[in-house]
Amino acid sequence: MIAETGHYALILALGVAIVQMVLPLIGTRFRDPQLTAVAIPAAQAQFVLIFIAFIALMTAYVTSDFSVANVWQNSHSAKPLLYKISGVWGNHEGSMVLWVLILALFGAAVATFGTNLPRQLQANVLAVQGSIAVAFLLFIVITSNPFVRLDPAPFDGQGLNPVLQDPALAFHPPFLYAGYVGFSMAFSFAVAALIDGRIDAAWARWVRPWTLAAWMCLTLGIAMGSWWAYYELGWGGFWFWDPVENASFMPWLAGTALLHSALVMEKRDALKVWTILLAIITFSLSLMGTFLVRSGVLTSVHAFAVDPARGVFILAIMGVFIGGAFVLFAWRAPLLSQGGLFAPISREGALVFNNLLLTVACAAVFVGTLYPLALEAITGEKISVGAPFFNLTFVPLIVPLLIAVPFGPLLAWKRGDLLAAAQRLMAAAIVALAVMILVLAFNQKGPWLAPLGIGLGVWLLMGAATDLASRVKLFDVAGSEAWRRLRSLPRAAFGGAMAHAGVGLMVIGLVATTAWRSERIEALAPGGSVDIAGYHLVFQGVAPRQGPNYQERVGTFAVTRGGNPVTELTPSKRAFTVEKNSTTEAGIHNSWRGDLYVVLGDELKDGAYSVRVFFNPMVRLIWIGALVMFFGGAVSLSDRRLRVGAPKRAKAKMAAAAAGK
Amino acid sequence: MTRKQRRGVLIGTCLVVLGVAVGLVLYAMRDSIVFFYSPSDLAEMQVAPGQRFRLGGLVETGSVKRDEGTTVRFVVTDGATTLPVTYTGVLPDLFREGQGVVAEGVLEPDGVFHADNVLAKHDENYMPPEVAAKLKERGMWRDDAKTGSAGAPDGKVN
Repeated sequence: MIAETGHYALILALGVAIVQMVLPLIGTRFRDPQLTAVAIPAAQAQFVLIFIAFIALMTAYVTSDFSVANVWQNSHSAKPLLYKISGVWGNHEGSMVLWVLILALFGAAVATFGTNLPRQLQANVLAVQGSIAVAFLLFIVITSNPFVRLDPAPFDGQGLNPVLQDPALAFHPPFLYAGYVGFSMAFSFAVAALIDGRIDAAWARWVRPWTLAAWMCLTLGIAMGSWWAYYELGWGGFWFWDPVENASFMPWLAGTALLHSALVMEKRDALKVWTILLAIITFSLSLMGTFLVRSGVLTSVHAFAVDPARGVFILAIMGVFIGGAFVLFAWRAPLLSQGGLFAPISREGALVFNNLLLTVACAAVFVGTLYPLALEAITGEKISVGAPFFNLTFVPLIVPLLIAVPFGPLLAWKRGDLLAAAQRLMAAAIVALAVMILVLAFNQKGPWLAPLGIGLGVWLLMGAATDLASRVKLFDVAGSEAWRRLRSLPRAAFGGAMAHAGVGLMVIGLVATTAWRSERIEALAPGGSVDIAGYHLVFQGVAPRQGPNYQERVGTFAVTRGGNPVTELTPSKRAFTVEKNSTTEAGIHNSWRGDLYVVLGDELKDGAYSVRVFFNPMVRLIWIGALVMFFGGAVSLSDRRLRVGAPKRAKAKMAAAAAGK
Repeated sequence: MTRKQRRGVLIGTCLVVLGVAVGLVLYAMRDSIVFFYSPSDLAEMQVAPGQRFRLGGLVETGSVKRDEGTTVRFVVTDGATTLPVTYTGVLPDLFREGQGVVAEGVLEPDGVFHADNVLAKHDENYMPPEVAAKLKERGMWRDDAKTGSAGAPDGKVN
């Protein structure tokens, strides 16, 4: 009964989405306010219906209703509740329902909170959003219905892939999808502007918060996925340049560029055509990510679907939306007026440089990800493009951008003074250089580039600090005056500096752990020991243990450092009864130096085990950096919400800020 | 600067960055791409010594032997040809005899493939796509190898 309710709700949602797609467009075309106004209740109703379907599916999972095929395939009555819930989106059908749920949520949010949008723009945005919903709801109903029943109902389910039974991975897909789908807002706004043939700075002000929210979710989603890969897969690595990872990284790169170009458009009314194009590209990459992961083109843990019908369907959706948007762009973009002028050395110029390098780096990742697929389709030759390719292409493109980051915020709009900015950055440069020399002095092993990388990270951190310091005229005015200025700074200024500092932290973590990680692989019998990075580990043996839905063999390692006990690590191998699968649980000890990471391998001859021990220096800075970027976005968003709510007040505020400079 | 000059600077910068990017991609394409071969491919062709590649196939049943320490020897087969492999390290969770495997490394002059990386499989029924395709080519493909062991009527896919 509940499953049928969900199924009906999905089909009704499809009907409502068709209404939402068609009527408002007719309304805006023929200036019929009643038809135009349909968009708002339609978007809200569509969200409510999809929400009902989602809850119905979740109920089936939580109550272990194995008469629903999807539940039978991906759940089991002995599974912990959290993974019964996360099992909803741990499979193809359920994750597509989550996808449209988030899509509808964004649409409903624009309908409900976008009251200050011009009616026509709002209606067009919702119509475009509705058309995306139609495509994906059709996809679900035709090829991936999660509510199919089984008769007779099996006694128990088949369980969820054990590597997916993990807290970080339970929340990784919702955040990732919120990011992917959130970029649909930028896309819908861009297409609506093209349909209208009109675009102005206000447009950018409306688009930015949605893009920022999507970007934040995507940042967190990617970081969670990387954190999961780090501690669950047992390789001690955090990023593999796997096509599935690249599929989420490309929209992130394009989305980051979009955030920056929308800034230029909002403040200076320039780069309009480019921003529209970037909005289309960003969502196109999100669609492509969905296609790569959902169609089974790449086989890996994410590729749940093997049915080619689905792949072709998503390919068709991609073709229609990307193709349609580009045709519309080619046709209407020339109508959009050209924006303000600026000198090459200026804030705008710096942001153009940012956009240029981000999009080119994104293109390099694109080539590396799709080239093997294209080559196999054309010649049948099979190759794999791995980390070496991306280290050779992505890194050299992104490093100049990182070097330039601290300059950007210090340059004035329209015409900047590079020399003055460089003078203000002198302190930051000196600190970065000092750290670089210090690291060089202590860097006995490891590549010679490592100190430069650490210096780059410090440079970014100090650059962010310099940005704030120069805004409050620290050291130029009295301390109390600087404090007053600091408190009256717009939150967006803090947010931007925080996000840039987060990048700095991440760079330090990436460089340190890549350059100075140590690894030992040993065959250890109980009582045996291994030394790594100053730690002394004594293997005390392996004992069996019973988990909720698995049995595990737990190895115990007593860790000491300089004779002092540090901790006891218990890496294990879990054998899942239902799924007939096993996973590796690493034992990780975290300190400010880095992570001590122990993996228990196979049993060897005479009771010994193969044991893999890593020391990953400062590896946590990678995820801490991502978190700081996320919170930077949040701080910035909390500022903009006020401004979007009251454009007039914002103008007064901006004028005051300008006068304050 | 005039508008024209500004545009010139912009376009010039774009072209330079694009040129550098294309150069990097082409250079990386030449040197850092890893090809995928089956044992039979290797029998038919010459691989330059020291050339890294991926070897795919099934782990021959009864071939896994443990040496001193954590070194493992096994034989990869595609039904027609076999190739001995040696690997030092911790094998992935689902490395088993009779299952598909992908190993990355170098073929040494002694005719043994020295793997430095054995790719983890995430699912007992998972077959690296390259391996599946090669096995199909050689007529070794059994559909029952793909269906779940839990008595699933139509193969559970994770």
